[in-house]
Amino acid sequence: MNFDLTDEQQMVRKLVREFAEAEVAPGADERDRTGEFPKEIFEKFSELGLMGLPFSEEYGGGGADTTSFAIVTEELSRVCASTGITYSAHISLGGAPLHLFGTPEQKEKYLTPICTGESFGAFGLTEPNAGSDAGGTETTAVLEGDEWVINGSKCFITNASYAKHLAVTAITDRSKGTNGISAFIVPTDTPGFTVIANYEKMGLHSSNTTELILENVRVPKENLLGEIGNGYKQFLATLDGGRIGIGAMAVGLAQGAYEKALNYAQERKQFGRSISNFQAIQFKLADMAMNIELSRNMVYKAAWLKDQGRPFKKEAAFAKLFASEMCMRVCDQAVQIHGGYGYIKEYQVERFFRDAKLLEIGEGTSEVQRMVIAKQIGC
Amino acid sequence: MNIYALVKRTFDTEEKISISNGAIAEDGAEFIINPYDEYAVEEAIKLRDEHGGEVTVLSIGDEDSEKQLRTALAMGADKAVLINIEDDIDDIDEYTSAKVIADYLKDKNADLILAGNVAIDGGSGQVGPRVAELLGINYVTTITELTIDGTNATVVRDVEGDSETIETSLPLLVTAQQGLNEPRYPSLPGIMKAKKKPLEDLEFDDLDLDEDDVEAKTETKEVFLPPAKAAGRVLEGEPADQAAELIKLLRNEAKVI
Ligand SMILES: Cc1cc2nc3c(=O)[nH]c(=O)nc-3n(C[C@H](O)[C@H](O)[C@H](O)COP(=O)(O)OP(=O)(O)OC[C@H]3O[C@@H](n4cnc5c(N)ncnc54)[C@H](O)[C@@H]3O)c2cc1C
Ligand SMILES: Cc1cc2nc3c(=O)[nH]c(=O)nc-3n(C[C@H](O)[C@H](O)[C@H](O)COP(=O)(O)OP(=O)(O)OC[C@H]3O[C@@H](n4cnc5c(N)ncnc54)[C@H](O)[C@@H]3O)c2cc1C
Repeated sequence: MNFDLTDEQQMVRKLVREFAEAEVAPGADERDRTGEFPKEIFEKFSELGLMGLPFSEEYGGGGADTTSFAIVTEELSRVCASTGITYSAHISLGGAPLHLFGTPEQKEKYLTPICTGESFGAFGLTEPNAGSDAGGTETTAVLEGDEWVINGSKCFITNASYAKHLAVTAITDRSKGTNGISAFIVPTDTPGFTVIANYEKMGLHSSNTTELILENVRVPKENLLGEIGNGYKQFLATLDGGRIGIGAMAVGLAQGAYEKALNYAQERKQFGRSISNFQAIQFKLADMAMNIELSRNMVYKAAWLKDQGRPFKKEAAFAKLFASEMCMRVCDQAVQIHGGYGYIKEYQVERFFRDAKLLEIGEGTSEVQRMVIAKQIGC
Repeated sequence: MNIYALVKRTFDTEEKISISNGAIAEDGAEFIINPYDEYAVEEAIKLRDEHGGEVTVLSIGDEDSEKQLRTALAMGADKAVLINIEDDIDDIDEYTSAKVIADYLKDKNADLILAGNVAIDGGSGQVGPRVAELLGINYVTTITELTIDGTNATVVRDVEGDSETIETSLPLLVTAQQGLNEPRYPSLPGIMKAKKKPLEDLEFDDLDLDEDDVEAKTETKEVFLPPAKAAGRVLEGEPADQAAELIKLLRNEAKVI
C-alpha cells in the first residue's frame, strides 16, 4: 500500500493549484454573473499541455494518468466549478470515447485537436425523452450509400458550442433494443446540425450547456465510432470514467467551500468569540473535513483502479455518489456557517452551493448510481 | 552556453512557520524552490533557448531537495546535480555552501552561473558572491536585466530602487532580483519528461575537499520567531510634546537609543 502521490502527480497538483489561484479564481464570480465561457483560461491550459492530459503522446496528449486528471479537475473546481466541468467533460466525455473506441485515423483526425485544445471535447447522449434511461434514445441514423443520415435532438450537452466535432448516439437498428444503438463522430459545422445554448441554469453559469438539433445531418460512413450496435456499451464505459471526473469535481468544490467556511468561522465573532469556538460550528467543520478526505480517497482509488486496467465500475459509482452527495451537504453547511452573509453572492459559498447540485444529476443521477451499485453487488 | 543555476530548497514563508527544539519544524511546513532561485532558473532557460547550450541546476541538500530539482527540470532545465553533504558535515553556513559549490564548479567551464539574490530562509545573500570569488570570476548581484552578446554581458542591477547598468564579460556569476522575469509554470510535458532527465547524486567524498576546508564560520545560538506585533500607539498632544514623549519611549521602553 502506498498513499503518496507520485512526483508527477504532486507537480501537477502544485502547477494547477497555482494556476487556478492566479488565473481562474479572480474572474470566477464575474463569469458566474455574465455566463462568459472561460475560453482564455483554456487557451493557457492548452499552452501548458493540459488539454490532452491522459491521452497518448502520439495524438498530442500528455501521457499522464487518471489520478492526475482527477487532481486537475479537483483543483479547478476548488475555485470555479464551471471551469472544472468544462475540463472534465472535455477529457472524459469528449476525448475518452475517441481514445477508447476510435480507429488510428479517427484519433489522428479527431482526438489530436482535442489534445491540442484546438477543439473542446463534447459527448451527445442525453435526449429530451432519454435521460437516466439512455437506452431510450430516439435519434436515428440511416445508411444511405456511403453516408449516415442522422435525425433527432440532444439536450444538456456540455461544451458543444466550442466543439469542432463530437460523438453522438443514434439508433441504427430499432429491432435490437440497446444493441441497436451506435455512436458517430459528427463535425458541428455539418449542414443540418444546430447548437443552441439557451438554458438558464441554477449554477455552473460559465459552463456551456446546449441543445443539439440534427436534421438530415450527413456524415461519411467511416465516422461510425467503434462497432455498429455497440453505442450503448461504449457510452456506459465512457460514463464510468466520467464519474471519476464528477467525483473529483465534488471533492474540489467541497474543499473550496470548506476552506471558506473555516476561514470565516475563525474570523467571525459573535457572543464575544470567534464562532469557530462553538462546538456546534466545530462539529460541522470536522464533519466536512472528514467527508471530503473520505471522498477524495474513493475518487483516487477509482482512478487508480482504472489506471491499473482493473474493473472500476462499482468504485467509480461509489466515488461519484458519495462525493456528490457529500459536496451538496458541505456547501449547504458552508452557507449555514456564513449565516446571512452566506446568502449573499459576495461570500462565494452561495455560488458553490448552486454549482454543487448538478453533481447529483449529471453523468447518472444519485438514483442511477445506486442502481449501478446494486447491480454490481449482485442484487 | 554552459549555464548553471543554483537552487535551494526552502520553506515557504507565506505558510505558517513554527519552531520546535531550536529549529524550524519541518512537519506541516511547505517547501519550495527559493523564489529568487526560480528567477535564476527561468533566466537560465530563456538564455539557453536564445543562445543554445545547456542548463544544469545545482543544489546542496538532502534527498528531499530532489523535488525542487525535478521542478526546475520540469520548467526546462536539462540536468540536475544534488550534492548531499548532510551525513558528513554537521553545520552548514554560507561559507560551507560556497566552498562546496565552487569546488564542484571549478573544472566545469561554466560560462554563466545564476543564483538567487538571497534565500528567503537565511537571507544572507552571500553564497553567490562567495562562489564567484572562489572561482575568480566576475559577478554582479541583484540583477533585473541580462543581455548576452558573445562573451559580453550587459547587466542592469537594482540599487535600492534605482538601477545601474554594468558592462562585463563571461564567465560571469549573477544573482537574480525580483523583476528579472516572470518564472514560467512547468508544463505537463515538462513534468512528464522531468523524471527522465539526468539527476546526479553526489556526496561529500566525491569532492576534492576535507571536512576542515568547509567548517562553518558562523554558529547559530538560537532560533526564534519575531515577537507578535503589539497594537500601535498614537501619541497625543502638541508636536513638541509628542517628540519628547517619543524620545523617552525609544530610550526607556524600546531601549534603542
Ligand atoms: C448542466 C448539465 C450538463 C450536462 N451535460 C451532459 C453532456 O455533456 N452530455 C450528455 O449526454 N448529457 C449531459 N447532461 C444530461 C444529464 O446526464 C441528465 O440530465 C441526467 O442523466 C438525468 O437525466 P434527465 O435529466 O432526463 O432526468 P430523468 O432521467 O428524467 O430523471 C428524473 C428523476 O427520476 C429519477 N429516475 C429516473 N429513472 C429512475 C429509476 N429507474 N429509478 C429511480 N429513479 C429514477 C432520476 O434519478 C431523477 O431523480 C447534462 C445535464 C446538465 C444539467
Ligand atoms: C435575505 C435576508 C433577509 C433578512 N432580513 C432581516 C430583517 O428584515 N431584519 C433583520 O433584523 N435582519 C434580517 N436578516 C438578518 C438575519 O436575521 C441574520 O442573517 C441571522 O440572524 C444570522 O445572523 P448573521 O448573519 O449575523 O450570522 P451569525 O450570527 O454570524 O452566524 C453565523 C453562524 O454561526 C452560528 N452561531 C452564531 N452564534 C452561535 C452560537 N453561540 N452557538 C452556535 N452557533 C452559533 C450561526 O447559527 C450561523 O451558522 C436578513 C438576512 C437575510 C440573508
